[in-house]
Amino acid sequence: MSDTVTLKINGRTITASAGSTLLAAAQSANIYIPNLCSNEELTPYGACRLCMVEIAHGKRTRMVASCIYEVAEGLEVQTVTERILNVRKLVIELLLARNPYHPRLLKISHELGVQASRFKEDVKGCILCGQCVRTCREVVGVAAIGFKGRGRTRTVATPFDKAPADCIACGSCAYICPVKVIPLEDKNNVRTIWKTEFPMAVCKKCGRPFAPEKQLAYFRKIANLPENHFDTCIQCR
Amino acid sequence: MQAKIQAIISRYGSDKGFLVPILQDVQRELNYLPEDALVMVSTLLEIPLSRIFEVATFYKAFSLTPRGKHLLSLCLGTACHVRGAPLLSGHIERALGIRPGETSPDLEFTFETVNCLGACALGPVMVVDGEYHGQLTIAKTNAILRDLGRKVPSDEEA
Repeated sequence: MSDTVTLKINGRTITASAGSTLLAAAQSANIYIPNLCSNEELTPYGACRLCMVEIAHGKRTRMVASCIYEVAEGLEVQTVTERILNVRKLVIELLLARNPYHPRLLKISHELGVQASRFKEDVKGCILCGQCVRTCREVVGVAAIGFKGRGRTRTVATPFDKAPADCIACGSCAYICPVKVIPLEDKNNVRTIWKTEFPMAVCKKCGRPFAPEKQLAYFRKIANLPENHFDTCIQCR
Repeated sequence: MQAKIQAIISRYGSDKGFLVPILQDVQRELNYLPEDALVMVSTLLEIPLSRIFEVATFYKAFSLTPRGKHLLSLCLGTACHVRGAPLLSGHIERALGIRPGETSPDLEFTFETVNCLGACALGPVMVVDGEYHGQLTIAKTNAILRDLGRKVPSDEEA
């Protein structure tokens, strides 16, 4: 088996590396598919359902989430059909009911021609894309936060809703959040995240608070660098 | 508690894949899933606590709060519903002084409603400590509660 496959997206013939997702293949061919939960640094998850596409199965077509569907030889994909647009509109309306403010959601709804959500607003902010949870587990490697409950009551939470013991206050979850709903505040040499206060370390050269002490301790442990490497901020190193 | 959890986990060969059955056994042993028990499971299985919390809050069968000695699961599925299960639910709530999903303060009873027990022909049906009681009436419910040691006004008085 060769390492690349050839498939058709919107009639265009495209070569993609085997094992990649439809979304990645489309993006590398400059074909736009809206998405909110996918991130090339994270394992595909398939939560937001905005990236639905239609694939041909003989005479019939089937809808799949392109961010978790693997490319295959000879696959025929359509990214914009009436059926797909209907699904995307429904999805964005549901998301808007949870978060009617964020520019990123408004931009996608504008693209789809959705003026307003027909669903009753129940503002939660979080759209449960799981990027924060996956980042904490896969990129940072501490797994301090996770989901809680399921269905309507599902939220992102720290274990037992308490101060997270494993959290290093790096702020990656707040950074990756596509709708910016994780509060993070740096004030008076203290970072507040997940309702917990973390003291910041001060740079030994310039005296500027530059990173949470717990994060530096974690870095010292996993990075194979001299102990004093993390005593100073990036500018002073 | 540590020894009990250790024993449960070694019974499954410390395999992470058995998290759900392990939590089931822990709950059977301790009646619910206390926080320190989950911390212990997390350490022994080397699964992040956030992941265990996720699983423990996902499944309805797991409880993070203490449960009563007796578990009453009243079916509110369609068949039971049309046969009057909501009336029984109200009756039990009043008799025990708790709402569905709650546990009485003396830790004697936990009352919950379920959406279908798959025994529609028996409706209205309730499972009491693993035993199915079908074609329930208020009188039968009173008898069950009385058998479990709860004082209920007798049918004449009520």
